[in-house]
Amino acid sequence: MKIELPIQADSVGPVAPKVAQFTTPLQLRSGAVLRDYQLMYETYGELNADKSNAVLICHALNASHHVAGWYADDPKNIGWWDNMVGPGKSVDTNRFYVIGVNNIGGCHGTTGPTSTDPATGKPYGASFPIVTVEDWVAAQARLADLLGIERFCAVMGGSLGAMQAVQWTIDQPKRVAHAIVIAGAPKLSTQNIAFNEVARQAIMTDPDFHGGNYHEHGTLPRRGLRIARMIGHITYLSDDAMMERFGRVLRADDFSFHFEVDFEVESYLRYQGEKFAEYFDANTYLRITRALDYFDPAMKHGGDLSRAFKDAEAGFLVVSFTSDWRFSPARSREIVKALLDNRRDVTYAEIDAPHGHDAFLLDDPHYHELVGAYFLRLAREIEHGSKR
Amino acid sequence: MNATSLHARSDFKVIARWITERSRVLDLGCGDGSLLQYLRETRRVHGYGVEISPTNIVACVRNGVNVIQDDLETGLSEIEDASFDFVILSQTLQAMRHTEDIVDEMLRVGRQAIVTFPNFGHWRNRLAVARGNMPVSANLPYEWYDTPNVHLCTLDDFERFCVKRNVKISARVVLTNGAEISVLPNLFGELAVYRVERA
Repeated sequence: MKIELPIQADSVGPVAPKVAQFTTPLQLRSGAVLRDYQLMYETYGELNADKSNAVLICHALNASHHVAGWYADDPKNIGWWDNMVGPGKSVDTNRFYVIGVNNIGGCHGTTGPTSTDPATGKPYGASFPIVTVEDWVAAQARLADLLGIERFCAVMGGSLGAMQAVQWTIDQPKRVAHAIVIAGAPKLSTQNIAFNEVARQAIMTDPDFHGGNYHEHGTLPRRGLRIARMIGHITYLSDDAMMERFGRVLRADDFSFHFEVDFEVESYLRYQGEKFAEYFDANTYLRITRALDYFDPAMKHGGDLSRAFKDAEAGFLVVSFTSDWRFSPARSREIVKALLDNRRDVTYAEIDAPHGHDAFLLDDPHYHELVGAYFLRLAREIEHGSKR
Repeated sequence: MNATSLHARSDFKVIARWITERSRVLDLGCGDGSLLQYLRETRRVHGYGVEISPTNIVACVRNGVNVIQDDLETGLSEIEDASFDFVILSQTLQAMRHTEDIVDEMLRVGRQAIVTFPNFGHWRNRLAVARGNMPVSANLPYEWYDTPNVHLCTLDDFERFCVKRNVKISARVVLTNGAEISVLPNLFGELAVYRVERA
């Protein structure tokens, strides 16, 4: 039997996730402690002899450690940033050793609400602690220790992933040479938090939620998750992109005078919601949106973002997209200003792309060329052994 | 390293002469970053460019130069007062719509500013106009209908502008074919290089 693979020649090819076990307790910002935990991760490319070519890719809300390539037993399951990471791509796995990791509290195999609590023998469910971006960075640093990586040549992410890259430069200034901060923000706006709250309320008011202990009740709050995802999707797209893609196109020739799907956009949102509710955990969704809400590195410094970066040593590439209204270019400029105030090396590009926040995952050629050029520069630095 | 790009522009050497070692430099309209690259190598400056063109942003990244994508016409709001030793506007003044504003902004964020522009008073330009045509030359390589240059001026015009705007000229070099000239510069000079500060 011939299986048709949706694979391009420049894919990293078949990959397999790995598990890292940790027994040193992880003190979380909330005060809670994770006694032992595991992180799912994947790696692409080869770590060089002096371990100077490692790149950490941080994921956003719903993604995972599966950044690039595909699974032998599930070839349609392609990594979420496969267009960016691979041999000959912008983040070139012929030159760099790239690591994807699923964060604590996630639902892709890393310890999270669906994992078994060793203390009770049952899933953590609602009892899983609230986690923060700082906690994720701390856990990622332990993975780096395990892999023998003293210093990342780059930590990179989009959206919530960009926030982790920023946090790395603040919490682990000696361990990150460059931060690639794409479609990020130095903290959520009030409107961002409001959208997250609506999504959480959709989940928590679902009768199947049972205060987060739905596993015990043999249910899943699918309706809540669906709505949460639909709301999310609206914020990821620009008004123009939605209009362009769906317009006011009807499924039938005329209105059907009911509340089922009339417009194509309804069909799209329902489909996205359904798909998401099948694989994503509601408790994880609550925690990740909360991590977004709580991210605010300037808070400890009286709201002064420039002071938050005072110990940062990394060079920065900051990228925003003109049509992104969720994390608009103005939010990236706040980061750039704080870096300029600290005389950090920084390059800022505002990509003229129509797709909204989602643009960071898409194929805009200028965007990919820019990131590729930056990584070529890192490759040169590694070659010359120059320490930033 | 591309040697030709380093020496392509005759004003670079004059600018480098004025820039102190290890100073902080902002290059407005930095193009592909070759001036900053040159100043980094010859003066070990820490610099940033400001550019609007996406192609040039990528070129700057290739050249290993810090660059901020921004429109100079809207000001430099991300940059604090007096945060740079030198702010350079190299062959960009004549293409700026808000000439007065950008000079003010340069002297707000920088202690000294360096401005270079093609001298419209050069005799060849005068001759072209006298013959009844807009000049086209190596320094002004555009036809009247496709030129980005909206505010061309002569040395004399710029110096009057400085007096009026309370800007002190601390040094001036006038170049023709890459060589410094001193005789009748407003007539024989092709390229003007000024160092200015707040009076």
